[in-house]
Amino acid sequence: MPDIQFHFTEEQRQFRDMLRRFMAEASPSAEVRRLMDTELGFDPAVWRRMADELGLVGLMIPERYGGSGFGLVELGLAMEEMGRVLLCAPYLASAVLAANALCRVGSEAQKQRWLPGIACGETLAALAFAEPGGEPGIESIALQAAAFDGGYSLTGCKDYVVDGCNADLLLVAALTEPGGGPAGLSLFAVSADAPGVRRRRLRTLDPTRQLARLDFDDAPAELLGDLGGAGPALAETLDIGAIALANEMAGGAQRLLEDTLEYIKLRMQFGRAVASFQAIKHRCAELLLQVELMKSVAYHAAQVADANPEQLAYEASLAKAAAGEAYLHAAIEAVQLHGGIGFTWDQDTQLWYKRAKSSEVLLGDPAWHRERMIQCLEGRETKLASTGAVA
Amino acid sequence: MSGSAEETVRDEARTWLNTHWDPNAGLVAWRTKLVESGWGAPDWPPEWHGRGLSPELTRVVEQEFAGIGAVGVATGGIRLLAAATLLEHGSDAQKAQFLRRILTGEDVWCQLFSEPGSGSDLAGALTRAEFDGASWTVNGQKVWTTSAHHADWGLLLARTDWDAPKHQGLSYFVIDMRQPGVEVQPLKQMNGHASFNQVFFNDAKVEAEHLVGKLGQGWSVAMTTLAHERRRADGLRSGRADVKGQAERQGTIYAEEAEETATVMAPYTWYPQRAGRVDLALPRALASGRIGNPAVRQELARLLILSSSAEWTARRARAAQQQGQPQGPEGSLGKLAASHVARLAARVHTMIAGADALLAGEDGPENGLIAEILLSVPAVSIAGGTDEIQRNIIAERVLGMPKEPRFDQGPFREVATNKGRD
Repeated sequence: MPDIQFHFTEEQRQFRDMLRRFMAEASPSAEVRRLMDTELGFDPAVWRRMADELGLVGLMIPERYGGSGFGLVELGLAMEEMGRVLLCAPYLASAVLAANALCRVGSEAQKQRWLPGIACGETLAALAFAEPGGEPGIESIALQAAAFDGGYSLTGCKDYVVDGCNADLLLVAALTEPGGGPAGLSLFAVSADAPGVRRRRLRTLDPTRQLARLDFDDAPAELLGDLGGAGPALAETLDIGAIALANEMAGGAQRLLEDTLEYIKLRMQFGRAVASFQAIKHRCAELLLQVELMKSVAYHAAQVADANPEQLAYEASLAKAAAGEAYLHAAIEAVQLHGGIGFTWDQDTQLWYKRAKSSEVLLGDPAWHRERMIQCLEGRETKLASTGAVA
Repeated sequence: MSGSAEETVRDEARTWLNTHWDPNAGLVAWRTKLVESGWGAPDWPPEWHGRGLSPELTRVVEQEFAGIGAVGVATGGIRLLAAATLLEHGSDAQKAQFLRRILTGEDVWCQLFSEPGSGSDLAGALTRAEFDGASWTVNGQKVWTTSAHHADWGLLLARTDWDAPKHQGLSYFVIDMRQPGVEVQPLKQMNGHASFNQVFFNDAKVEAEHLVGKLGQGWSVAMTTLAHERRRADGLRSGRADVKGQAERQGTIYAEEAEETATVMAPYTWYPQRAGRVDLALPRALASGRIGNPAVRQELARLLILSSSAEWTARRARAAQQQGQPQGPEGSLGKLAASHVARLAARVHTMIAGADALLAGEDGPENGLIAEILLSVPAVSIAGGTDEIQRNIIAERVLGMPKEPRFDQGPFREVATNKGRD
């Protein structure tokens, strides 16, 4: 088992530098604003470059399925740099959540069939687990799969599906045993253009992240892997997603801090820079502390996920709870420290504010994750292995 | 560090210890051997009781001491701060007079920097030292002085020039604490402990040769002392002192060492409580059943998040340092984080204790330990630099924000102070 590291290696730092240059060029805020008003919500050309030039889309997918087989530490770095520029792309949906679910649940043949397409960015996949109400925890999943002639069909609704409208391949969590509970949870592959699938793009508070509602009416579905055994793998997938998201959030918070500092050092009031007032300096010092603490938990969680997977649930919840509060705090402070202009549409802080808010709630809000931490500590790991975070 | 250098030092240290270590020797006699051989302070220069070894190789020597259970030189209290300051700024005569007895533990030292009128603003010291051509006469008051009541010597920061700007009018002395002009009174804190003292100087005398460094350069000498204090605090926080106690500890020397340790550590018994005792929170919540309360669960998780993230941030800073990146102001971030952790811990302990949080001493939870936490935590955000000072440091030195306007840059005589003007 590798040790937990508290620094990045030289290779990882170079990877970060390369990503930062790419992201700065690919996703200036004007581009974010353009894309968030489009139907697709991202730039396919940038997505292709991310897959082809940088190998980012298949980062966590094993090499034998066309990916590059890196761990969550590298993925976390990538997410952090994407979060920094508010990149609009179906990365969390396809490269993180769907890819990890498929890797963990799918049969060998299914992995060979779908993962190479996901890794090269040709196939966009989305993971549909949450249902109306968005109750966190996979225990509340109620959508039922019906068996017929050796196949399955789905009827019911999935909600808050990240990039659900753009996906070609939908991975849908559903019950295959009456009475429910994670023991009877299975994962199904549903083609987005299959009969009986209706998709609606949701109007979201954060226009940089697309969400969809999916309605299934006797839609044909292919069982992934074994019947009834998807609960633990789905929980792990959501934990990995939470850690990846926490790293994305750290990147966004750091950017808010930097942009705010730059602004208040130039902004003059009462004949002096706003940054020269002690009331402002102290807020910024606290903000730096919060951002550094947040980075520490995000990095640590990624390290633990790679090195010590039995700690995954606790670490994921710790990271997501910490990141949820810290990112929103950074966004609130950033708006406040900018003053009136910070509340305007044309000033970019609002874009990060909205991402901070959506990230706070997505994959489980801080209060839910804090409760889950305590459950882990109480020794309910067995039960928690079949529980996961939901939107 | 090269493997062969490490092996050589390890062999030498082990051979020497095998020959000389005697767990039934007298403490001072044993330490005298350590001083004479250079094995007691291997990172000190060879001409002053050391062997000039790197920190890494010194660590190897410490491991050998731990392996055999050998007692080291005296390190308690502020002895090592005094030694580090004298090694850097002291005259040869001062080094010859003081360093040996610091290492043997025969002399106890204290640090006389803070004053009632200058806490955060240490350079605003008003204690005066006046020279009559033969010796210095000291008048004034110091405060927060640990161990002053059994100190033999004190590190004194005093004003020698009232016309110079604040920082340039200070000088640094070694003062004999056992003289009629020095009066020591315990200072009782809000938690009931009296870990510190107030020290009053009434025409106390300092020999001319006990000025450390040059006249008027006391501030930079004091900075050396404080830098070592900070470094040592980091060492304490990292739990570095885990090398002791691995071997069988049987012999008369251990009783003597334990007595010394007990005296030195007496003022610090409440320090773990000051930091909030996060370690007690989960066990107490489980044992009391308060873990079933949803509000307790939420706050407890918050506390665990905060304390873990503070620890990991400190480890990131150390890892960066080990990779050769210069030590930044992470110390200030860590200190600020520690204040948040302690305050939140006190809140969580209160929630867990319920009505028992009203009680102290033998009536209180954990035989008064929880009450001690609740009454000690306010010190964390003050001692060693207030949170407000830390925020200034972070804002100015890390974030590059403009410095505070100054009102203390002319001759010190004209600067507003708590005692009016001289």
